[in-house]
Amino acid sequence: MRDEQTPAASGASALPSAPPLPVEPGWHRLHPLSPMVRAGRGLVVLVVALLFASVRRGHPDYGELIGDGVVVVVLLAVGVVSWLVTRWQVVDGVLRVETGLLRRSSQRYPLSQVQAIDIVATGIARSLGLAELRLRMAGSATRGGGRLQCVRAADAEGLRASLLAAGRATAATPSVTADHAAAPKPPLYRLHSVRLLVSVLLSRLGLVTVAAGCAVVLTVVLGPPAAAGAVGGSSALALGVLTNLYRRLNGEYGMAVTVTPDGLQLRSGLVELSTETIPVSRIQAVRMVEPPLWRPFGWCRVEVEVAGKKVREENAGTGRERRALLPVGSRELARRLVAEVIDDLPAPERPAPRRARWKAPLSYRWLAVGDNDRYVVTTNGRLARVHHWVPLEKVQSIRQVQGPVQRALGLGSIHLDTAGRSMHAVLKDRDWVQLQDELVRLAALCRAARRP
Amino acid sequence: MTVPNSSDPTGWHRPSARLLRLRRLELLGVALPLLIVAVAVPLAVGAQTVATALGLAVLAGSVVTERVLHRRFLAWGYAEREDDLLVHRGVLIQRLSVVPYGRMQFVDVVAGPFERAADLATVHLHTAAAASDARIPGLPTGEAARLRDQLAARGEATAAGL
Repeated sequence: MRDEQTPAASGASALPSAPPLPVEPGWHRLHPLSPMVRAGRGLVVLVVALLFASVRRGHPDYGELIGDGVVVVVLLAVGVVSWLVTRWQVVDGVLRVETGLLRRSSQRYPLSQVQAIDIVATGIARSLGLAELRLRMAGSATRGGGRLQCVRAADAEGLRASLLAAGRATAATPSVTADHAAAPKPPLYRLHSVRLLVSVLLSRLGLVTVAAGCAVVLTVVLGPPAAAGAVGGSSALALGVLTNLYRRLNGEYGMAVTVTPDGLQLRSGLVELSTETIPVSRIQAVRMVEPPLWRPFGWCRVEVEVAGKKVREENAGTGRERRALLPVGSRELARRLVAEVIDDLPAPERPAPRRARWKAPLSYRWLAVGDNDRYVVTTNGRLARVHHWVPLEKVQSIRQVQGPVQRALGLGSIHLDTAGRSMHAVLKDRDWVQLQDELVRLAALCRAARRP
Repeated sequence: MTVPNSSDPTGWHRPSARLLRLRRLELLGVALPLLIVAVAVPLAVGAQTVATALGLAVLAGSVVTERVLHRRFLAWGYAEREDDLLVHRGVLIQRLSVVPYGRMQFVDVVAGPFERAADLATVHLHTAAAASDARIPGLPTGEAARLRDQLAARGEATAAGL
């Protein structure tokens, strides 16, 4: 577990340094192997099911095999036809994708409105040397942008660069992206896999998995006859836990974050590789969590909430509202990452009044708030210490709440709600009299921050 | 600018008094059958003391509930300010929500069958945040429509992106 600041030299190919790949005029096809990727998920499931079935019976059932074979062939045929009728081209800074055999559809994506292009390579795509480009458009949060599934993985970076360049060339206003040509910066960090593994084991998810595993082993050792039923009964639960564990490991493995002019670029993946760009202006809230079991190592986790990604996409990794910027890392590194998002960091310098101890004995030692013209920071959390940073500009509504215990102690809380459902800042258990002024002040600050 | 507080009547509007009447009727609709059952069933088997005790208990419960309903009704209040809408509610847990007009994504006007019978409606404000919970119940239908249009107009004028 050395430091996360591994020099970037080790992963030069992973840097966004690919030169733009010129897109020739005229229509292009996707990669011929694309149907395999699209049908891949179904194929894998089918093959596994087939294997299970024939293993259980001891010998393959040829009739069933032929039946399943037909299904596979049909799946592939559908994929091939859909590949045959799909083509794309770039004309005047617009990406056009035409697809459909019976119902032709032609989609136009003005590249000047593209906010970011994500590159995703599922396990099957990777084994075939392919990758998928996903366009993230401005303002179309629900419908989702276009996708090119799939192109050669080696070309993906270059294609991405040239699509972005085409968008910039046609953009009406020369935006901040002028320094695009500048040498790419090295990543802020690269996640160490051992550290990730240890940290996941020490998280709630890891502990649940370990406990469940121990329980299964114990039942098998102590009472083999009962074991079968117990294992069978809990298999759905186990599947859920394992899926979560896999998703987390896969999504955060080898994560590297790079600052680009478009935003923060996140690269990660064990089986499924993804490159995702988060525009800093879309970040609604940032939080830093320090779970109790990580404290001996001085580790913490940084997560951001991103607006407008309500639709959960099929593939994990992208499409989540809450995204880990730093799955695990030192506090110092976490501060640096937060500072990338929030350029004017306020310190949580005003602790809660002493009597808040009676209301919140566990979190009292941490309760604190701080703010400046543009951001508010709050610290709370019972077992884990959690910092929340919220840009005042993004605050959706303010709520002042006082429960019966708080009233008896002369305390109260203010909630600053931000878009999304997983994060919001709470100025918890503050002095009630001062809170009245605080509410007026925060409302005024938010109003001022909203106006450019 | 100061936040008007609930004891200061200027600028604060309340739900219609019909809301309180509606709530009391709803209470009556539940309590009366309960009272009849609580008294009639023990009487039928000849347990008079049980009947008295149960009847008194139901009565006492209804009175307490009525007080709670009353106080909860009095706690509701809303104020339209220049830039935001304030909503005050709650007795045990008191809440004051501040929702800037520019942050409103849409405004719902909901009226259930009982509310409709009393010519009342609930105005529900939605922002992009899941935690925002500003709603105003018991507005006369006309006032609800006016508030909805007013909020929509102001929201449009001050709309801000995410």
